[in-house]
Amino acid sequence: MAKMNGAQMVVKALEDEGVSTVFGIPGGTVIHLYDALYDSKINHILMRHEQAASHAADGYARASGRPGVCIATSGPGATNLVTGIATANLDSVPMVAITGQVATTMIGTDAFQEADIVGASLPLVKHSFQLHSPDAVQSTIHKAFYIASTGRPGPVLVDVPADVQKGMGDYKYSTQLDFMGYHPENLYDVSQLDAAVSLIEHAERPVIFAGGGVIRSGASELLTEFALKYEIPVATTLLGKGGFPESHPSGLSLGMAGMHGHPVANRALMAADVVIAIGSRFSDRTTGKRQSFAADAKIIHIDLDAAEIDKAIETDVWLVGDASRVLEALMAAIRKKIADHSEWNRELAEIRIKEPMPRGEIEGEIAPWQVLETLRGLTGGSAVVTTEVGQNQMWTAQHFNFEAPRRFLTSGGLGTMGFGFPAAIGAAYACPEQPVICIAGDGSLMMNIQEFDTCARYNIPVKVVLLNNACLGNVRQWQQLFYDCRYSNTIYTRNPDFVRLSEAMGVPAFAVSRPEELTRALERLLAEPGPALLDVRIPQGALVLPMVYPGDSIDHMVSSIG
Amino acid sequence: MKSTFSIVSEDNPGVLMRIANLIYRRGYNIESLSVGRTDVPGLSRFTVIIEGEEGAYEQIRKQLTKLIEVVEVRDLTREGPFVERWLSLVKVMAPVERRPHILQTAEIFRCRVVDLGSDAITLEVTGDRGKVEACMEALKPYGILETAGSGQVALSRAGFGD
Repeated sequence: MAKMNGAQMVVKALEDEGVSTVFGIPGGTVIHLYDALYDSKINHILMRHEQAASHAADGYARASGRPGVCIATSGPGATNLVTGIATANLDSVPMVAITGQVATTMIGTDAFQEADIVGASLPLVKHSFQLHSPDAVQSTIHKAFYIASTGRPGPVLVDVPADVQKGMGDYKYSTQLDFMGYHPENLYDVSQLDAAVSLIEHAERPVIFAGGGVIRSGASELLTEFALKYEIPVATTLLGKGGFPESHPSGLSLGMAGMHGHPVANRALMAADVVIAIGSRFSDRTTGKRQSFAADAKIIHIDLDAAEIDKAIETDVWLVGDASRVLEALMAAIRKKIADHSEWNRELAEIRIKEPMPRGEIEGEIAPWQVLETLRGLTGGSAVVTTEVGQNQMWTAQHFNFEAPRRFLTSGGLGTMGFGFPAAIGAAYACPEQPVICIAGDGSLMMNIQEFDTCARYNIPVKVVLLNNACLGNVRQWQQLFYDCRYSNTIYTRNPDFVRLSEAMGVPAFAVSRPEELTRALERLLAEPGPALLDVRIPQGALVLPMVYPGDSIDHMVSSIG
Repeated sequence: MKSTFSIVSEDNPGVLMRIANLIYRRGYNIESLSVGRTDVPGLSRFTVIIEGEEGAYEQIRKQLTKLIEVVEVRDLTREGPFVERWLSLVKVMAPVERRPHILQTAEIFRCRVVDLGSDAITLEVTGDRGKVEACMEALKPYGILETAGSGQVALSRAGFGD
């Protein structure tokens, strides 16, 4: 036991949880905490905005699988974290957010920089704590990490009042948990295993539908083994990308399904007789019109979260549990010879040839897919790629193949613009050996552009590929298609000079606008030793296609306009 | 449609907020809510009548179960027979000449007199919802000054096995 103050205990507890990197910004109610950090080996990355700190922690977590940690002061610092917390919550990302709070004696008095962050974040967290005594610091931080990283992962907020940080106490390390109602180890119910096995054994046109749960669970290898063994093709959700190698020589990868999914993935789901959904919550962007999604198929839903079963899509058979554990059980239980799927896979291969991903060239201008395919070729699948949200995100999902999990980091559920760039900073700390690239649009990059300074200060080698169309492209696309080309507030009549803006913050940058210069420009970007920006000028009218119009069934894909 | 949920949770600050917030966030209404300690120290029982669409209750039960501090969630309406009680305190205008009539009415509903003043009487009525509502109706003509209700409390029936 050692006497220390509450702030020192927070830092010690973080160290004891194995935390090496945290992202944050100090302020009045966390001065004590930062004083304690001054003596710690923990690497604190001083960001320029708390929202960016939360996304950096998120990116760190998505890339590494370990909880990301962010710190902010009370009041505005804490409320600035909320978008990042909500982002992590919807995508099941383990995160621990530590906020300062006014002294317990001041809570409720509308004190300077007081905000009820526990209340404000309540519907957006997996759980939250407010500390009331230094003695509870270690056990609470331990619980926060446990909750964040077990079961269905999610963000946990720990609110630490200033007087708790200053108060003295004994630090005692204990891993004891006293939850009466949280037992993630019990989240396992395969009582319908026989029914699932029977469906799979007799399926003639089965499709695996892999979501983010496969990646969260670390089940990618098992899934690959499963798919190859029984020759079942694999479609993924946006967050499931990388759960199965997308360029696998077997040809079993169908790519992403959904609103902007690959035609063959959508067609396969609609023609399937059995869909094996693993770790997907059937988001509306994935299913399209729910009543007709995989209407002819029996759906087997595997998910760790029992509340996802029958939430969006009615299933025929469900198995509750961690994807790896359930897949193991499933593979052990399938004994009979499985129906032959070669005819089915041949059919799909034909569809893939007949209906490829649209890749239209634009005379004299750079088409977005060219950027992504070239980049994919140059990086050879080793890069960790984050995206912003909008067209840049969908183009990346469509045209950048991922061969391994935790390489494609994107805000799926919340669709948070401003996520990708700071998330790339987090990923760079999680994966120092891998190139980290952020695919951005000009709209979303501007939402956290201040972090170029962070990249420059720490020499964080994030490469930003800006797909610059001087508009809020995704909304502009909807306006073009569904609002009679009335471009209300989506076109930026002037954009900043991103190259000079980036350079002003100490990050080398250059622009490219001619297709023939694209490859060299990307090579030059990747060759930069530190952070760098490539401003790629793309035409404003470039659309994300194919597209399933809102409310339509996912086999109603529009592949060309006009 | 309505359903009575019985929720046992750790007795921590903020639990009420988490439960109420979740029900609101998922698009349901709380019609009645009562909270009290249980026989186990540190555990509270919430009895909540939730209004929502048929078929949504299993979803709300699962979501409530996921709250870290929630230990048990039961949908009493769907699980089988349960006993319920409502308790109301009713303050009725009671000038001396009308008191016998009021007390007679109270007797019919097995009310207890819990307070008496110069011109008002406070009755305690306990029972299922129908009885409490009927009692209230019967007392209305005398002039109800104010009422306070407990909301529903409920437990599943023990039964005798097969």
